[in-house]
Amino acid sequence: MIVAALTFAQAGGQDAAEKLANATSSGIALGAIYALLALGLVLIYKATQVLNFAHGAIAALGAFFAAYLATVINFPGRYVTFVPTPVQWVLSAIVAVLLTAIVGLVLERLAIRPMIGEPLFSVVMITIALDIVLRTITDDLIGSTPRPLGDPWGADVVNIGPALVAKTEIATLVVTIITLVGIALFFRSRYGIAMRATAFDQEAAMAQGISTGRIFAMAWAIGAGLAALAGIFSSVYPRSALGVSGTTAFFAFRALPAIVIGGLDSITGAVIGGFIVGLAETYAGVYLTGSTWSFLGVGFSGVMPYIVMLVVLLIRPYGLFGTEEIRRV
Amino acid sequence: MRNRPRLFVTYSSEMSLLPTWTQKTAAFVFLAILVVIPFGVIPGLGFLSDNDWLTILSRVAVYAIGALGLHILSGLAGQVSLGHAFFVGVGAYTAVVLGGEASRTLWGLALPIWIWLPASGLVAALVGALIAPAAVRVRGIYLAIVTLGLVFIGEWIFRSTVAMTGGAQAGREFPGFAFRFWKEETPLIDFSADGSWFGIEMTSEAKTYLLLLTFLVVAIIVAKNIQRTRIGRAFMSIRDRDIAAEVMGVADTRHKVIAFALSSAFAGMTGALLGAFLGRLIPEGFSLLMSIQFVAILLIGGLGTVTGTLLGAAFVIILPRLVQDFTGLLASTVESGNGFLSAVSGVFVSTGMEDPGIVSTLPGTSPGLNVFQLNLVLYGLLLIGFLIFEPLGLYGIWIRIRNYWKAWPFTY
Repeated sequence: MIVAALTFAQAGGQDAAEKLANATSSGIALGAIYALLALGLVLIYKATQVLNFAHGAIAALGAFFAAYLATVINFPGRYVTFVPTPVQWVLSAIVAVLLTAIVGLVLERLAIRPMIGEPLFSVVMITIALDIVLRTITDDLIGSTPRPLGDPWGADVVNIGPALVAKTEIATLVVTIITLVGIALFFRSRYGIAMRATAFDQEAAMAQGISTGRIFAMAWAIGAGLAALAGIFSSVYPRSALGVSGTTAFFAFRALPAIVIGGLDSITGAVIGGFIVGLAETYAGVYLTGSTWSFLGVGFSGVMPYIVMLVVLLIRPYGLFGTEEIRRV
Repeated sequence: MRNRPRLFVTYSSEMSLLPTWTQKTAAFVFLAILVVIPFGVIPGLGFLSDNDWLTILSRVAVYAIGALGLHILSGLAGQVSLGHAFFVGVGAYTAVVLGGEASRTLWGLALPIWIWLPASGLVAALVGALIAPAAVRVRGIYLAIVTLGLVFIGEWIFRSTVAMTGGAQAGREFPGFAFRFWKEETPLIDFSADGSWFGIEMTSEAKTYLLLLTFLVVAIIVAKNIQRTRIGRAFMSIRDRDIAAEVMGVADTRHKVIAFALSSAFAGMTGALLGAFLGRLIPEGFSLLMSIQFVAILLIGGLGTVTGTLLGAAFVIILPRLVQDFTGLLASTVESGNGFLSAVSGVFVSTGMEDPGIVSTLPGTSPGLNVFQLNLVLYGLLLIGFLIFEPLGLYGIWIRIRNYWKAWPFTY
């Protein structure tokens, strides 16, 4: 403890403030990615009562699509050569997100729809099995070396106040905010209201003439699209400078603590949980290093989300914003 | 009247482990076959006495013991757990600290097997009992995520405690199957060396197989007995309706904790056996994939039955070998040149960089999945198929076959 306090004091005020600002900005950017992942997970869970363990594999597949479209076949950029290259990349990313959404639709139709109403264990297992299949195929598609996404920002950084922020991090945050606003608006639309009704009471929604099957499909498409967005942003600098690789899929497992912290059935909770997990992970990575903390070994920051999750669950078994399940005999 | 197979005149005869004569006979015949497999005397099954196959069958036995543990927790008590690999790891590292050789960087007491094997189960059970009270506070999907977190935290602990585990990527040597009274130089019975037993020459693989088969039989009897005692019935009542069980006087939390502890004890001993069997384990081995493997064994075999668990273990462990043989066969038909068969398999097999196909026989980046990846994909697809089309697993298929033949030649 004394040693820790001494090193902290020696670091000095200016440096310490800079370190904190850097950690916070990078934590918020990481949190935004987790928030995107968590949002998709909660959306799918609320609509279909299925927790999608294949989310990471879908995210990696989305990132692979983006890499393939942008760097290998330059679609749709090759048809719209009159727009600047960064815009071409954005178009590729959008097409990748749409493609992944279609994959989500197909998965829902083939594997999830037959399982609606089955015991929890089977439903959990089927998404895990999907994860194995999708992850293996994605790994094979990516190949043995990581694939760069060819994003226009590269490793550029800008100074915002005391913090040094990567341009990709700003992009992540902006896209996340736009997506959050979009989702909020969606929930006020005709289909959004139908989805909320389905989540609230499936039978009552069907009695009102809502096609719940279509709602399930929509939830999976949106969820997969959000996963693809998160996958793209987790495969660029500073998360993974080399691009999308086999480890990208494991990223999403750390979004699971985020939704548990927020409460499985709370959209707000998912977003807040995402930012909590992102900040906790980054702070652990920045501050719990050096000789004082060497007993923690390597990779402690990756475990931090789970530890935060366990602490939250011990205090609130249904997360911060989750509704307590009312059980009857 | 006396010879009716389903007529039970006493409660104890109904509750016996093998209630009918058919079951008794079948069980003993099957066990006898398993025991004589290494001697290669059964016509048609001679290939199983091959050292390769004996190793695979030994692995089936090890995994079946671990799966029986998860069967108690998930099949009987109905608690979804993705954290089985963590307890397997706890058992493995207890065994290696007690039984392994010490070195400058590693802990090890080099104690004999009759200490480290029970101790690995005991320590894992204790860890399970310590974690369980916190884990059973949450239910259903929350429990699945918490136990998933356990695996990730456990993997990090194993990677960080280098003195116990040998560290990431490196791992360490595990004590082998050798029975000693204490630390004497030559073991009383050495299972890891070729030699003759009662005048019969046997390889180390055959000896290990017989030892593990014995452990498996003991584990089956224990698991079956847990199932038919008071605790087992309490587990099943919690699984079926936990609040109703509580109302009837079944202590909910206590029994969940007991289920965790029992299941962890099985898992711990599996870890110790796995270490001794494989010789070397790396901390990354106790990953989510191992947990998934145990859950897959349960679900493919049929949740909630011991027979199903055993069937599932055999299926999941033997499958990779079959896939490997099958791809080898495909590749050789392609190479054999012309003919219809060769053309058909040519569609699936990729033999070069420019040749598209689903399976690749070349190492490296040629198109198509390699054998390992094909295994994983098939494994996932099988799981999906079983869950959608046969939720009762292999056991369900067996029941349907049995019922069909019961009334044969009539439909019902």
